[in-house]
Amino acid sequence: MAGDTGTKERSNSGVGARQIRREDDRLLRGKGRFVADIKMSGMQELAFLRSPLAHARIKSITVPDALRDTVYLAADLTGVIGIRADSGLPGFRSSVQPILADTKVRHVGELIAACLSDTRAGAEDIAEEIQTEFDELPAVWDMTAAQSPDAPLIHENWDKNAFLETQTEVDFDGATADAAVVVNKTFRTARQCMAPIEGRGLVAVWDRTLEVLTLHSATQMPHIVRTGLAECLGLDHGQVRVISPDVGGGFGYKGILLAEEVCACYLAIKLDRPIRWIEDRREHLTAGANCREHFYDITGYAAADGTLLAVDCNALVDSGAYSSYPFSACLEAAQVTSILPGPYKMRGYRCSATSVTTNKPPILPFRGVARTGVCFAIELLLDAIARELSIAPEEIRARNLVTPQEMPFTNITNKYFDSGDYPEALRRAIEAIDLPSIRSEQKSQTGRERIGVGLSIFCEQGAHGTSVYHGWGIPMVPGFEQATARLTPDGGLELRVGVHSHGQGLETTLAQIAHERLGITIEKIKVVHGDTAYTPYSTGTWGSRCIVMAGGAVATACDALGQRIRNIAGHLLQSENDDVALEDGVARAGTASVSIEEVAKTWYLKPQLLPDGVDPRGLEATEGYKTVQDTGTFSYACHAVKVSVDLDLGHVKLLDYVIAEDAGTMINPMIVDGQVLGGAVQGIGTALFEEMPFSETGQPMASTLADYHLPVAADIPDIRIIHMETPSPLSYFGQKGIGESGAIGPPAAIANAVNDALSSLGAEVAQVPMTPERILAALDQAEKGDKA
Amino acid sequence: MKPVDFSYLNAMNLEQAENALAGQSCSIVSGNQSLGPMMNLRLARPGVLLDVSRVEELRRAEETDTEVRFGAAVTHAEIEDGTVPDPTGGWMRAAASNIAHRAVRNRGTIGGSLCHADPAADWVTVLPALSAQISIAGPDGVRKVDAIDFVVGPYATVLAPGEIVVSVAVPKPSAAARWGYWKFVRQVGEFSKASAAILDDPDTGRSRVIVGALGRQPLLIDKPDDVIAGRIDGKAALSHALPDMPACAVRMHAVAIDRAIEQMAGSPE
Repeated sequence: MAGDTGTKERSNSGVGARQIRREDDRLLRGKGRFVADIKMSGMQELAFLRSPLAHARIKSITVPDALRDTVYLAADLTGVIGIRADSGLPGFRSSVQPILADTKVRHVGELIAACLSDTRAGAEDIAEEIQTEFDELPAVWDMTAAQSPDAPLIHENWDKNAFLETQTEVDFDGATADAAVVVNKTFRTARQCMAPIEGRGLVAVWDRTLEVLTLHSATQMPHIVRTGLAECLGLDHGQVRVISPDVGGGFGYKGILLAEEVCACYLAIKLDRPIRWIEDRREHLTAGANCREHFYDITGYAAADGTLLAVDCNALVDSGAYSSYPFSACLEAAQVTSILPGPYKMRGYRCSATSVTTNKPPILPFRGVARTGVCFAIELLLDAIARELSIAPEEIRARNLVTPQEMPFTNITNKYFDSGDYPEALRRAIEAIDLPSIRSEQKSQTGRERIGVGLSIFCEQGAHGTSVYHGWGIPMVPGFEQATARLTPDGGLELRVGVHSHGQGLETTLAQIAHERLGITIEKIKVVHGDTAYTPYSTGTWGSRCIVMAGGAVATACDALGQRIRNIAGHLLQSENDDVALEDGVARAGTASVSIEEVAKTWYLKPQLLPDGVDPRGLEATEGYKTVQDTGTFSYACHAVKVSVDLDLGHVKLLDYVIAEDAGTMINPMIVDGQVLGGAVQGIGTALFEEMPFSETGQPMASTLADYHLPVAADIPDIRIIHMETPSPLSYFGQKGIGESGAIGPPAAIANAVNDALSSLGAEVAQVPMTPERILAALDQAEKGDKA
Repeated sequence: MKPVDFSYLNAMNLEQAENALAGQSCSIVSGNQSLGPMMNLRLARPGVLLDVSRVEELRRAEETDTEVRFGAAVTHAEIEDGTVPDPTGGWMRAAASNIAHRAVRNRGTIGGSLCHADPAADWVTVLPALSAQISIAGPDGVRKVDAIDFVVGPYATVLAPGEIVVSVAVPKPSAAARWGYWKFVRQVGEFSKASAAILDDPDTGRSRVIVGALGRQPLLIDKPDDVIAGRIDGKAALSHALPDMPACAVRMHAVAIDRAIEQMAGSPE
């Protein structure tokens, strides 16, 4: 922990305080301002004609003459270039996503024409009048079939339907020699939609006087969108301003430059009118980017005592038709090879992963990114090995987990585990779920309902920086994170950060950090974010990075500002700078003190009182921050869940759920709880409900929320969270990124619990979501196997 | 998505509604919890929407010694809350309280749900099991149809153009009657995957076993007394009634019958 504020008693709103979220007063009273709340005079509503087919050549697009002034096609977008997000990894096949398609469509929902009207309904009426003719091509709808040599090529100039193939191999040969068991499994996770409460939306407006385009967009990364927009539209950066107002959840879905954004911005400039497009739920489900669809063919080699010797895996990630900006189509699959080992030690490792191209919307990294899939694969594999060896699931985990004595630990894929006690998280979760009592309860069950218990353990690398992302070679590499701390003439503090807060509670936690460093009362601290005109450049909010990176940047900027406050205060108090402490809104030297407000007034309004040689940069500091090393903080958790399975209906009920987690130093434990709970609910959705199936013609089959099942309050048990708090040696306060953690563990833990419940019947599920149909199919298969 | 353009008529009494229906082709709407979303998706494109949610005659429930007659625009929430009398001493309230979500129940109506005729809807299954009778007003006056005959297929009813459901009469069961209604939903608020409603009422001779959520009109099972007594099992009854039904569907609906019977056995007299 750097420095000390000299505060005698722990402040009730600094680091570690259970401070009520300041943004909630606005949001819970319905006073938030989201993109769809923005209205401007002369504004036109935009609706799109989208491809009804997954794979087709466009023969013709006919616009009725009477509507020609309200419809824009690809040829009308003069000078606009498509979206391209290449990876620097060798062998990457590059795709260009057209803003509007005119020769070929590669997924249902791809944009073909932009239609403008005074109302959304009117714009949709226009879209219906456009006639299109297609030559339909066979659709590549399944990632395993996409690999077949006779599969149609989605990008004709490629040699196969894959963005990238990556391999990792470490000491694999020879590591398997002593194996007592070899267990091979195949696992699948479903394609999902991220389903934030607020979908995407934008208002684009051109200022012809300043020649500045302002895009109001529900985005997690306004600065990156600005860079991408400038490239696609051929504008100078200085001509583009991006504002991300209140945003109703991101989860990764809003970490992308959209073709819709590029198109709307072009039209706003061309027509000199504000243009609005609000994504509806149907567009979100059937046309927006998806996530999560993985396939694993995985083999584990273990000694008789359960020691993991080696893992061999071939993984596929269905990456859709285009590489999305800025994360690219290959981040997820490439990540699989590097993080599959999870928190476990092994002697040998081999993994190949392919980013498969299909006729589906592009994928984006959803909360947890590839971790949810790899956790599912490795944790189900461990349980399968344990069953094979007749040892307990907790025992095989304890045997292979990295231990606190080994910290910091560099694992087989060169991941640097900064700190933590993983076996203790396992122990606490088992104790809380009361494993022995569940085991004894299981012995006496006879009816058509079976209970089971399941575990999953994982780590979450957060806030990893330049060296890690430079390695992926994607268009965006995070460097120093900057923050501005500015004292206002009335002694208030304004913090400006380039990240965006859309549920993370940064308006609260960053203020807590500033309060911790400067002692200014939290009510006088304002966090400004979400506007490229006001904030320092940042890659934005993603990768569980904000509390570490923006938090570190705010602390660093506050320290620099504090130094300048102390300089002036020292002069006013006739004391040395080093003797001045900042606390409770005053600068104090011994028994003498001056309010920070007075210091601010002196600088801004009474400069005649300033000392000679005062720092001319004044009471505003912009500083950059990086962690001690940029390998990332490793938060981690053990999830333990008790389920019941109805053998007649295949219905799974969650009876109890425990999460033992370690976020390092908690800036605000209530916000950590909120992040963990929210993530866990999404993970429960992955485990039991959420799936976007595609037909063999590439049609998305769940086009409303009646078909795409999200978890609802009644599905969620009272999740109990147990905090551990092992500081990270890498970050400013020892804090670790925790934002995605909750979403990683549930599919693995719940599947292991279901398999535990079904084990006496010889049935096993290997795919999420675990729908009644899949569970009944597993039971049927087990029954048939018995008879055979 | 937004609906295509439509006209909106608001009737304040039955006469106004009937006049509107006589003049043009209208889609009748009250709570708008099913038609509304379909219009927003442009799957339904009614030229004229006739709102009957304020029609006084449809908003009443009248109790007699033998039955309760619910106006078609009585909401699920009014039944759930006991704002209107329950002829079954609580069974209808319980069924109403599990329809979709409260927000839907606040607006959705008993008549609207029947006319929409989603095969998995609660009233579509429950009302035939209670031997309800539906009154329909049309150009030629009022006719009455048994609830079991009202729905004729998925989203299809016996309603002819220009007709409107006025009320649903539910007879009071005898003091010895027993009831079971069970539906399989994975999540609160979703349409059921399988359902069964069973009335065991030997004193009135109205015992019935109805199976719902079959993707068709509700199924009236033969020999309900034998099914209720366990002399015919649910699987056999279903396979007999619908020989082409897939095995997995038979299994799920047979569970619904079994659990409705279990529930019935467990209910207080």
